[in-house]
Amino acid sequence: MTGQPATGRTWRQAMDSGELLLVAAAGMLVAAAVAQTAASGVVQPRVALAFGALVALGELLRLTLPGDREAAPIGSAGALGYALLLQVGTRPAIQPALQVVAVAAAGMTVGALPHLAAGRPAGVPGMAARLIAVAGVALLFRPLIHIHAIAGDWAIALAAMAILLVAGWWVECLIRALIRADALRARFGVALWDEMRVQLPLGVAVAATAILIAFAAQEMGLVALALFIAPLLVTQIAFRRYAGIRATYLQTVRALARVTEVGGYVEDGHAHRVGQLAVAVGRELGMSEPDLLELEYAALMHDIGQLSLSDPIPGGATVLASPDDQRRIAELGAAVIKQAGVLDRVAEIVRCQGWAWRGPDGEPPVGSRIIRAANAFDDLVGASADTGRAATALERLRLDTAVEYDPGVVEALSKVAGRRHAGHR
Amino acid sequence: MVTGAAHRLRGGTAGRLAPPAKWYVAGVATLAILVLTRAVVGDADWDADIPWSIALLVLALLFLVCDSTPTNLTSRQSAWSPSSAATLAAVVLLGPAGAVLVGATSLLSVRRGLQLTQRIFNASMYALSAYAAAEAYLALGGQVGKQMRDAFPGIIVPFAAAAMVHVLINYGLLWGMLMLIREPEARKRKARVDLNMPLLLVSDLGYATLGLLIAALWSGLGPFAAILVLVPLFVARWAMGQFAAQEGAYAATMAALCQAVETKDFYTRGHSERVSRGAAMLARVVGMRDTRVEAIRYAGMLHDVGKLGVPTKVLQKSGPLSEEELAAIQLHPMRGLEIVREIGFLDEALAGIMHHHERMDGRGYPLGLAGDEIPEFARVIAVADAFDAMTSNRSYRGARTLEDAVADLRKWSGTQFDPALVDAFVAALEAEGWPRPEPAALLDYADGLIARDHDDPTAPLRVVESH
Repeated sequence: MTGQPATGRTWRQAMDSGELLLVAAAGMLVAAAVAQTAASGVVQPRVALAFGALVALGELLRLTLPGDREAAPIGSAGALGYALLLQVGTRPAIQPALQVVAVAAAGMTVGALPHLAAGRPAGVPGMAARLIAVAGVALLFRPLIHIHAIAGDWAIALAAMAILLVAGWWVECLIRALIRADALRARFGVALWDEMRVQLPLGVAVAATAILIAFAAQEMGLVALALFIAPLLVTQIAFRRYAGIRATYLQTVRALARVTEVGGYVEDGHAHRVGQLAVAVGRELGMSEPDLLELEYAALMHDIGQLSLSDPIPGGATVLASPDDQRRIAELGAAVIKQAGVLDRVAEIVRCQGWAWRGPDGEPPVGSRIIRAANAFDDLVGASADTGRAATALERLRLDTAVEYDPGVVEALSKVAGRRHAGHR
Repeated sequence: MVTGAAHRLRGGTAGRLAPPAKWYVAGVATLAILVLTRAVVGDADWDADIPWSIALLVLALLFLVCDSTPTNLTSRQSAWSPSSAATLAAVVLLGPAGAVLVGATSLLSVRRGLQLTQRIFNASMYALSAYAAAEAYLALGGQVGKQMRDAFPGIIVPFAAAAMVHVLINYGLLWGMLMLIREPEARKRKARVDLNMPLLLVSDLGYATLGLLIAALWSGLGPFAAILVLVPLFVARWAMGQFAAQEGAYAATMAALCQAVETKDFYTRGHSERVSRGAAMLARVVGMRDTRVEAIRYAGMLHDVGKLGVPTKVLQKSGPLSEEELAAIQLHPMRGLEIVREIGFLDEALAGIMHHHERMDGRGYPLGLAGDEIPEFARVIAVADAFDAMTSNRSYRGARTLEDAVADLRKWSGTQFDPALVDAFVAALEAEGWPRPEPAALLDYADGLIARDHDDPTAPLRVVESH
């Protein structure tokens, strides 16, 4: 297995081709917007400044959603609200679409600077995705405000805003899914679905807030912006805590999975490697993110049943244990996990890992089949980066596909292993 | 059973209320009825410029929807919902009468397991909070039912005052109730509305501003304003709920994994969990912040995971240990640290795990720190750890009485334990009690060996005399 040389990579290498394309597109958009705005002058500069400041604040207060997704709900709501603005007080808002893009881009840049200063990544691809969504909404909505029916009737305006925001949200999900599928080698359809599921709650809140800002500015002027920071901030805190506890949860399971290593039951790093391998195989097979999370938990804890053995199996390699022992370890592990009361599906995956693919117990769930193969592979190869050893191990698994291992899983495993040994990420 | 964003009593909590709590509910309810009558008879403005009754209906519905889908807080007795947005919008749009009526609709809240007394209490609490908020709003010159266009920014001060008053009355009344219904063993502890009071307080005030927004948008969007505002409220609710669910799942998973670690040492079953509880109890008594209490709870849970690295036969050996075996046991805090280091805990929790076998006189392990050099977390865990070891059944002796164990704690206070913490722990014990561990399953060690417990100060580890 090749480690990921995360250090020493320049930003250019850190980006995938998809990300580069996205950033280039957004960059061109910003260049056009800035040029146009500079040429024609900023319309209603006070309003532009207020919204730019809100976007900058939102960018400063980014949060990370489950799956390492970055979001800036306050910034997005501010930028979208600016795109949808009808009136500020009694004065009609007449900023052109490209000014909206320029203001949003300026706000994002200012908000990203402190992140850079603190040594965190600037998050350019995330900003680019958000900016393109904002630009789409602005370019479609700004021309509409000159139509009398829309400016005059709040119900029609509301409907137009809602439709455009849904479309903008979907485009952003699409872009993010494309990049993610490319980076993680996930299937695009699955990646899009995962993205939409994760982004939906916050997306709905952002869209509703953007509409509220647009209408509220009509009633109370720019005070509306100040008023909206508070509730959105609270929602954001709740999300941050949610994402935080999820991350800690995974970290804890990862850490505690190591007790089998410290106890001398399995080789060093076994649980972690099986976890990574299982997730990669699951992704190759098109599993969705919630399923992958369960798979990862199960893979990390798959040997926890060994703790109940009075003596460690020699070398800890369950692949060499008798089928009865394998089944017993799996059952014991599942019993431990079931104790938690919240991980019953994980327990089921762990329980069935002891079953052969075409064994007497019936067909095990796909997660169990993946863990069974990944565990066997790691027992045979270990931390070694030797291509020959991996090939031999795969050959052995293939020979056992009649009874022991699911051929589809073994095929996916060999693809994943091949990529790793080719030095691919 | 209670909450307001509004905190209220949750369903299905207190089966039967004790007399003081009943009197309390009766008092609050009477006050609420008085206020309601006064407000409705005196101030209700059924034909004002905004169609008063329609607004009332919409806001009451909004309130009900929020109130019927609360998030349960970590405290088992209260729940949270963002319904104060509706109440405060009513304060601005409808005045005291409308606000009181909106708050009182909590009586109709659609939730299972909510008893009549709980409904009455919640509704009265909301009505009173709403009334007080409305009066505060008027007192500071807030205008009721006015077109908003020229109300800004003058409206902000009276509205902020109203929001503050609402939160204060809500929490105050709820706190009183929780004080009265807390379980007897928790008597000495202060009743707590929730573990994350500051966060909830801020979110309550944040959501209160949504009330102002509903009021402001009403003249333009009408009832639609309420619906639009409902959306972010529900997203917030969803996120809070997800957080609470994840937190519960996390704690449960951790407990299960710790139990798995304990399977190696049958007689210590439940030890981690009791130490966790004991350490948290002690931490609260000595006045640690909530986040630190939470951290020490996890540290206590995980303090012995390193024992996995100690061979079973050493852990279960009865006779004197060889130097190597003693070293293996003394290494377990370091092993534990090695396992949990990657978890994003407070550093203090890690230090607590690593040093929980240090002694005040410097003769502990792994580093032999003395006195104040020992991190506070470690000193706290050491007390809870030893106390649980002494009061549990051991194969070499039965469980000792709490009194004996307290006497032993005092005996080693100063040499092994921090005297201040021992005093605090004994005080906490008297106030909160200690769960009797279920008798450890008797094991048939094949060779009839008895095990010694490295945590038990009454059975110190012995080393073979070297020859």
